[in-house]
Amino acid sequence: MATTQSTSKKRKATSSGANGSKPDLPEVPAEKLLEFYRQMVYVRLFEEACQRGFRQGRIGGYLHVYIGQEAVAVGLLDAIQEPDRVITAYRDHAHALLLGSPPNAVMAELYGKGTGLVKGKGGSMHLFDVPNKLMGGYGIVGGHIPLGVGMAYAMAYEKTGGLVQLYFGDGAIHNGAFHEAANLAGLWGQSGLSPTLFILENNQYGMGTSVERATANTDLGSKFDSYGIQHEKVDGMDVVAMYEAAHRLSEQVRTTGVPFAIEAMTYRIAPHGAADFLEKYRSKEEVKEARQRDPIGLLEARIIDSKSGDESTLEAIREELRPIIEESVTFAEESPEPVLEELYTDVYADS
Amino acid sequence: MATMTYREAIRSAMADEMERDERVVVLGEDIGLYGGTHLVTDGLLDRFGPTRVIDTPIAEGGFTGAAIGMAMMGMRPIVEMMTWNFSFQAADQIIQNAAKLRYFSGGQASAPLVIRGPNGGGVQLSAQHTHSLEGFYAHFPGLKVVAPVTPHDAKGMMIEAIRDPDPVLILEAGALYGTKGDVPDEEFAVEFGQARVAREGSDVTLIGYGRQVNMLLKVAEKLQDDEKLSAEVIDIRSIRPFDEDTLVESVKKTNRAVVVEEQWRWFSVASEVAALLQEHAFDYLDAPVERVSGAEVPAPYARNLEAAAFPNENQIMDAVRRVAYRRV
Repeated sequence: MATTQSTSKKRKATSSGANGSKPDLPEVPAEKLLEFYRQMVYVRLFEEACQRGFRQGRIGGYLHVYIGQEAVAVGLLDAIQEPDRVITAYRDHAHALLLGSPPNAVMAELYGKGTGLVKGKGGSMHLFDVPNKLMGGYGIVGGHIPLGVGMAYAMAYEKTGGLVQLYFGDGAIHNGAFHEAANLAGLWGQSGLSPTLFILENNQYGMGTSVERATANTDLGSKFDSYGIQHEKVDGMDVVAMYEAAHRLSEQVRTTGVPFAIEAMTYRIAPHGAADFLEKYRSKEEVKEARQRDPIGLLEARIIDSKSGDESTLEAIREELRPIIEESVTFAEESPEPVLEELYTDVYADS
Repeated sequence: MATMTYREAIRSAMADEMERDERVVVLGEDIGLYGGTHLVTDGLLDRFGPTRVIDTPIAEGGFTGAAIGMAMMGMRPIVEMMTWNFSFQAADQIIQNAAKLRYFSGGQASAPLVIRGPNGGGVQLSAQHTHSLEGFYAHFPGLKVVAPVTPHDAKGMMIEAIRDPDPVLILEAGALYGTKGDVPDEEFAVEFGQARVAREGSDVTLIGYGRQVNMLLKVAEKLQDDEKLSAEVIDIRSIRPFDEDTLVESVKKTNRAVVVEEQWRWFSVASEVAALLQEHAFDYLDAPVERVSGAEVPAPYARNLEAAAFPNENQIMDAVRRVAYRRV
């Protein structure tokens, strides 16, 4: 498995605050680093299994995998507390898995089975696990952003003390829904009614359109300035940077009810979707270069450099995960399709 | 019984529910300080404060989407569309999120919100500010769409909508905000999916909803006087869910039907009603179902052109004469 090979050319992880701050990264205990490693490899292996399932024709529709972006969700979701909620777009497998959705149910959903997380009605783009705080994956670029802001309003109104982690990609920031929602969040934040942690997952491409080809103002975080929302750029390939920012900023958002935006600088190593085989919009060299900063490779280097573990520790973690992923595939393959009666349920409360 | 205007009926439903249930909030453009463009929400800000009566910027997609998010978390938001014409800006939220959330989440999430505002034309607002959108929104499974015409139904349907676990769109008869009617003093609600027989008759069934119902009642009187025809008038009032039975039962009695709507005919409510009647009452029909609809043009401004673009009493009378095989 090439993706989890240790990389020798580790670059120094950087984290620069767009608003001038440049927090020092904390010393993270070995067990925490290893836990991050476990989670990131868990997502990676799951996504690779999804790609295989798609190529075999067992997964239908669209398939958007998270390969290359694992550090973002792993670091951020570490800061989730009981009353918090998460909402994201269609690249949502990692969020479900990391919040605790059973891998069998997630894989079964992708396979369109009745045992799937949403009973085979949503597929890859619409993973929901409300008991585990995931308020959904959404398929229309930008369309879920207003929902997240409304959820945050409700949480402040009900005095839950929670926040919303609201994920969206760089492609969505050019959509009107983002601007309308960010404006509301900034406005409502003035009364402490918008505990929203915006997470702009800047993976450099909205589908195949690079940031430079989508806007004249390529400093995407600065778009939040228009709405009075503070923001910070964080190295989205470095799980420790994401983890540090997540805890520090979540606390701030929770206690003030004022929104904040993290721009996670990441890279989609995998194609946009499973049907994106040509990748005419970027060079092989660019992807190869990005792989040098594969977030899993960076973390492996950090673990080994800090003597938090050695190659055998890491291999043991990978070995522990492989059967879990294999089991999810077997479960999905063997699960029955949804019963046809399900076609007409869940349209209305009484249907 | 109290006599109140259509406008007051809606306001009193919202206020009663806000009093009863703290999860109910109202949001929209100029609904607070301004009192609402049509004064429907007038006074609510003073009573319930700015966290429950939320003035929004002019960004229908944003605040409708936010209301859906609130509803997902258990609140009961009421969105005021200043007019339904602006709802195209929010159509992605209404159709792609509110209507389908329950389904694509496998029943885990839902959006119990109300979106209300004036629908239809008749006050010279021309093309961009004149639409009847019941057919458009009722097309989508997952939405409920209602169009009350009396103050009684405006209040009862508003209360039902707020308590409904699914998204409900209330298409108000904007031209009728000032009309008066009797409304019960005690708590009540009007169940969806039940048409209302507004006038009983035996010779022909006139079917409509919204402000057309008032015109149909006038036409029914005229038919009695001029043609000695007894017309039954049915107010559909709930477009989705839809009450087929009341319509079919009426046609079994009268054997003739004319369906009237302000919206365009193609792919419209009247067309659906005509299809339903031929499916379920074919053997009882003595004439093809007639549809009287809006002219197939964007709404014009000039008073005479606008009047010509909407159904009028003469067109309906003629349609009735045709189904009754009388001289037109």
